[in-house]
Amino acid sequence: MDLNMDLNAPHSMGTTIIGVTYNGGVVLGADSRTSTGMYVANRASDKITQLTDNVYVCRSGSAADSQLVSDYVRYFLHQHTIQLGQPATVKVAANLIRLLSYSNKNMLETGLIVGGWDKYEGGKIYGIPLGGTLIEQPFAIGGSGSSYLYGFFDQAWKEGMTKDEAEQLVVKAVSLAIARDGASGGVVRTVVINSEGVTRNFYPGDKLQLWHEELEPQNSLLDILNSPSPEPMNI
Amino acid sequence: MNFMASKQPENSLLGPEADSQRTLYPYVTGTSVVALKYKDGILMAADMGGSYGSTLRYKSVERMKPIGKHSLLGASGEISDFQEILHYLDELILYDNMWDDGNSLGPKEVHNYLTRVMYNRRNKFNPLWNSLVLGGVKNGQKYLGTVSMIGVNFEDNHVATGFGNHLARPILRQEWHENLSFEDGVRLLEKCMRVLLYRDRSAINKLQIAKITEEGMTISQPYSLKTYWEFSAFANPAQGAVGSW
Repeated sequence: MDLNMDLNAPHSMGTTIIGVTYNGGVVLGADSRTSTGMYVANRASDKITQLTDNVYVCRSGSAADSQLVSDYVRYFLHQHTIQLGQPATVKVAANLIRLLSYSNKNMLETGLIVGGWDKYEGGKIYGIPLGGTLIEQPFAIGGSGSSYLYGFFDQAWKEGMTKDEAEQLVVKAVSLAIARDGASGGVVRTVVINSEGVTRNFYPGDKLQLWHEELEPQNSLLDILNSPSPEPMNI
Repeated sequence: MNFMASKQPENSLLGPEADSQRTLYPYVTGTSVVALKYKDGILMAADMGGSYGSTLRYKSVERMKPIGKHSLLGASGEISDFQEILHYLDELILYDNMWDDGNSLGPKEVHNYLTRVMYNRRNKFNPLWNSLVLGGVKNGQKYLGTVSMIGVNFEDNHVATGFGNHLARPILRQEWHENLSFEDGVRLLEKCMRVLLYRDRSAINKLQIAKITEEGMTISQPYSLKTYWEFSAFANPAQGAVGSW
């Protein structure tokens, strides 16, 4: 591995991002790893970015590109909200993201998932992959970690979940992707958006469920060595 | 020190075109569209897949849309470019309606407009990465045409894009005839779509068939085709020559 090249590689978010609709709103989820080549530049990044009070976006791909697109759209939406006199709809936010992504398709490298709640359509999720296609979906997955989740969601996704079911699904999925994708890691962040407002949640890496071939974390080998040996079995 | 190649092309070589947009390669793509003329109008079929390279990423993409009162547009290729074309056509139809003169753009006119758009973009080395199928009926006249991303355009009794050119058109050449009934037309399209499902890696088993006649247009609900795997040679491929593959 050419370490020099990797340390100077453009900041990119390997990433796993997810957006899921449920009966009453949406749940957005993401990991927290930002890498430059092989080095983890930020192990606790926040990839779920606010656009308005009721619309958030999950960012993947180039950190710079996704941040700039979010900043521009936040700016446009702010003006739009003032002119409109009421909160912007999720559809408008998604279309603004699409406009920037499509017009600059040759220069941008970012896949985004827009999610939010408005009074007209309720909870909505829009995927905007590379190229600038706009696609409304009941759930969306993105980032390099999403490759490992297509089968999982085919099996586990159900229409009309409750808020807690949806959030548990998102946390489980991001956690599974982190287990297999080197470019995803750290903590799981979720944002729940519904008519009542927005709730941010934080699931630290050591609190997530253990998967195949993962072991319970210990403070030290010494603790294992010093613990009493198992009792012989009585048949 | 060798830096990782960035996506941005060398500005010095591009000159004034550095800022302009050019689709170099497609990202999210739709596969074949197949269409034919039948007794009352046009029938068109397309699956609902949006592929991302080799991943079958999106499975509910509508690749056929009505245009104005008289036309139906089906597209294969980059979905974001198809969405952009629909925006252009929205504007075209809007201005047409604003004339409020009782006249409306027919399929022949819309096909011509699309041809001009596609060809002019090709000339600027900035194509819309699509193959389009435009069908419709106006004043009793049935029309079915196609335009590719480089501006090649023609009209015919049956057309197809992508893999459909290789797999569907030979079937249509054999079995299409003037004044097909609706049922025969649908069966013929389904025959083509089934072959595409067997042999096109980017095809998915979820399709829609659209119909446009003088009266109007309808797009069917999404549905799946039955497929046949019960050939004895499929169950036992090595029966005739044990040890072979």
